[in-house]
Amino acid sequence: MAENNIAIYGINGPVVTIKGQTDLGMLEMVYVGEKKLVGEVIRIEKDLTTLQVYEETTSLKAGEPVIGTGSSLSAMLGPGIIGNIFDGIQRPLKALEERYGAFIGRGASVPTLDDTKKWDVTLSVSVGDEVSGGCVIATLPETEIITHKVLLSPLLSGKIVWTSGDGEYTINDTIAVLEDARGNRHDITLVQQWPIRTPRPIKKRLPSNVPLITGQRTIDALFPMAKGGAAAIPGGFGTGKTTAQHQIAKWCDADVIIYIGCGERGNEMTDVLTEFSKLTDPKSGKSLLERTVLIANTSNMPVAAREASIYTGITLAEYYRDMGYDTAIMADSTSRWAEALREISGRLEEMPADEGFPAYLPSRLAEFYERSGSALTLSGENGSVSIIGAVSPQGSDFSEPVTQNTKRFIRCFWALDKNLAYARHFPAINWMDSYSEYVNDFAGWYRENVGEDFLSCREEICSILMEENRLMEIVKLIGEDVLPDDQKAVIEAARVIKNGFLQQEVFSENDTFTPSAKQLKMMRVILHYYHKLCDAVSLHIPLSKLTAIGLSEKLIRMKFDIPRDDYTLIDEYEEEIETKISALMHEREASEA
Amino acid sequence: MKIKHLKALQINGSLLTVKGATEASFDEVATISLSDGTTRTGRVVKIDGDTVTLQVFEGTRGISASNVSTVFEGSPIEIALSPEILGRVFDGLGRPIDNLGEIYPEVVRDVNGAPINPVSREYPRNFIQTGISAIDALATLVRGQKLPIFSGYGMKHNELAAQIAKQSTLSDSEDFAIIFAAMGVKNDVAQYFRTQFEAANVNSRVVMFLNLSSDPIIERIITPRCALTAAEYLAFDLGMNILVIMTDMTSYAEALREFSSSKGDIPSRKGYPGYLYSDLASLYERAGMLEGKKGSVTQIPILTMPNDDITHPIPDLTGYITEGQIVLGRDLDSKGVYPPINVLPSLSRLMKDGIGKGFTREDHASLANQLMSCYSKVVDARALASVIGEDELSDDDKLIMKFGRDFESRFINQSFTENRTLEQTLDLGWEILSALPRRMLDRVSGELLDKYYKG
Repeated sequence: MAENNIAIYGINGPVVTIKGQTDLGMLEMVYVGEKKLVGEVIRIEKDLTTLQVYEETTSLKAGEPVIGTGSSLSAMLGPGIIGNIFDGIQRPLKALEERYGAFIGRGASVPTLDDTKKWDVTLSVSVGDEVSGGCVIATLPETEIITHKVLLSPLLSGKIVWTSGDGEYTINDTIAVLEDARGNRHDITLVQQWPIRTPRPIKKRLPSNVPLITGQRTIDALFPMAKGGAAAIPGGFGTGKTTAQHQIAKWCDADVIIYIGCGERGNEMTDVLTEFSKLTDPKSGKSLLERTVLIANTSNMPVAAREASIYTGITLAEYYRDMGYDTAIMADSTSRWAEALREISGRLEEMPADEGFPAYLPSRLAEFYERSGSALTLSGENGSVSIIGAVSPQGSDFSEPVTQNTKRFIRCFWALDKNLAYARHFPAINWMDSYSEYVNDFAGWYRENVGEDFLSCREEICSILMEENRLMEIVKLIGEDVLPDDQKAVIEAARVIKNGFLQQEVFSENDTFTPSAKQLKMMRVILHYYHKLCDAVSLHIPLSKLTAIGLSEKLIRMKFDIPRDDYTLIDEYEEEIETKISALMHEREASEA
Repeated sequence: MKIKHLKALQINGSLLTVKGATEASFDEVATISLSDGTTRTGRVVKIDGDTVTLQVFEGTRGISASNVSTVFEGSPIEIALSPEILGRVFDGLGRPIDNLGEIYPEVVRDVNGAPINPVSREYPRNFIQTGISAIDALATLVRGQKLPIFSGYGMKHNELAAQIAKQSTLSDSEDFAIIFAAMGVKNDVAQYFRTQFEAANVNSRVVMFLNLSSDPIIERIITPRCALTAAEYLAFDLGMNILVIMTDMTSYAEALREFSSSKGDIPSRKGYPGYLYSDLASLYERAGMLEGKKGSVTQIPILTMPNDDITHPIPDLTGYITEGQIVLGRDLDSKGVYPPINVLPSLSRLMKDGIGKGFTREDHASLANQLMSCYSKVVDARALASVIGEDELSDDDKLIMKFGRDFESRFINQSFTENRTLEQTLDLGWEILSALPRRMLDRVSGELLDKYYKG
């Protein structure tokens, strides 16, 4: 009965307080007020309990009841997640639309997963089997490309004493009964609850030494990311964070993609939704939505739910990882999430640290990024969670707290540059400021799967860019004309690399995705051109004569002209470079002789 | 029965605290009566048991702890709406101030609105021709978009907004209306827009919400919400295409800062409250289109960047929410270029899906890309020329310098009344590009070059 006596005392935006002692627990989920708004306990003091409410608190009154649920804010895990679009606290937006119309009102509630749909369940256990947490109980086809494995909750173990047999079941039907060591019986259905702020357990961590292939040349070739790794994309507005995230979500070779629109634009989520349903997965040829889950908590949706959206997303990812899938999370943008923390911390009147952010910002970021990784799951399979977090630094200033603290917990940093974006060089990943600590971990993988010389080509490309950067400092002061020809050759090669290799056109059929093998060929042919230029220049052939052949332009256009999957044409380019420049060199040698 | 609460517990800035109000609900409106018979309007911003803090829109001047009584109205701030609002003028709280009488309401709506379900949105992709080359070609406006103008004091943002309102192809349709929300701007500015709308003969299709610089500052926080509630009503209930012009967002944000500091909120950057982003988003995100509905809400907020600083929190946070921005440049303005649009930082995020074959013209995207790429080289060349002198530049850089001058004086520059068709704009772009040698155009496919390049 005690719960019925809990009443609201104070209201300040999304923060609600209760006076007096209650038996609510820390991080317990509560229903607030007569409209039953979803909330969570975030602080308990001697005579004051503080809640954060995940919906607008307009019209809430002091004295309205608060009801505890006895459990912490949890995600519902089961079939029907893939292809769905949820808000920050896992309410399905399509179902909300059907019930409540185009605007999201307060206190709206619908079942998280479709509880009428029947799934074609095949049991993997039989009566008498001893099973432990995380073990596969049954399988069912969730979409055409994802087989859903019904996992035993990690907290349970025991003996199967009853099964329903294969057949068609809804998510709430009991498919098996488990008896634990104490003799208690547990009904097993297709769904389970998991608290979103607690990482799901694994057997052990595995090293991340396989790259997540994205088909984006700047990423795959220069700053590669690992399956199970963590990367950040910081950039001011208009530098293409969202486009980069979309590109990775579309093309990367993960099995399941969780796209979290955290405090971003509503139209962007609509765009993802419409575009992904039209696009096909390059691996399976099916619609991209068949492997994608969207979590949309747009900037105008309640701020506390924005804070939760990140955890909801990662819990879903961990669930699919436990089935043995490689999952990838795009979090756009973690800065909005940090701002939600700041906003709530401000309402709690906590002592602010850097720029008003709470002092626990770094530990929260660490907790989040540490949930990425490759793992041996409880059922003995390999799975991974990769996190790609967009960061929106205030005023494009990378020294602000969110970017700085994020850098501590990631190993791959793709810095987006305003000036590149102004020049419409996309992806605007600055090759001087970005880095990837994974490169050397992949040496073995590259050797076996792409080519012996992948890393050496990469290194040479990087050193040309580095050298060009140094030369451009001089050019800015005295102009390009005064440089000697061998240095001009570096600048010319860098121009080809920047325009022909690093720049990638999202809307071009041939250019939007480049397989690793083609990337290697492109690097080789560009380097071959550079070497030939150097050879020719050392024979005192003027560079202007060499560039007049037009090979640079041809190489820059190669990304458009050569089909995505048929790149034998690149060999012809190589021959053309060889013959045309060698001809000039022979001419020169002959005239000198 | 509404209870009248006599006296006030505390008065601080625009905040009034009342004790014993157990019936107050969060965000509710209250009427505050003074002993001299005047009334003011307030809104509940904080509840602590029976101690309720109100934000008084008209300010607390003249209120004492004893001469005041408060009645809670039982609902959040609402606005009366009907098709009659077209052609009317309201104050910042949505009350008519044109002496034409009250609005007979067809519906009454909470001005805070509710977030649009992302699933119900329709992705905007209908190109709006504004007749302004720099916008049509390089930062295309799309129906249902929010595209702010980032300006500075003394630049021609009002002219530009008026020109867009008058020339946009949105305004061709029968069911078109403009909502004008003024926040803390001078009376002259409001008058300027009124004259422009009159001259264009659209006055009967304009709804004005005016909170001028002399009006109560706290009222400014409600003004854009009234305007957007009216816009949503006209667009989604009546199926009209609405263009919302909001000026000046900087004054709005300053009002918010004033309110938040008197409430004792912990400030974040430059004293603005930590929730500035969420607050601005709750305005800007009310632009858009809904699936299966005819109408649309297109927003053009205007903001003046303090000290022309684009990294200031207001433009910075705005840019993160809106779908692009049109940035005005001081140096173009002082060169006499109108509209002084600095195209490099200007951008329209929805452009990619609203242009090209089937929407505008096949070459639009490539041309825009190429113009931007060449113009960004102009900046480098100019920097170099200022060090070594223009005569010392390489031949290519000299061509680029000439391209820069042509681009600014012929392409960006146009008169206030000049309404260019898209065809004219794109052809002009090619004409200017054709002065460069073909090898310098690396963003356009050979096929398009063959068709459009005239060099």
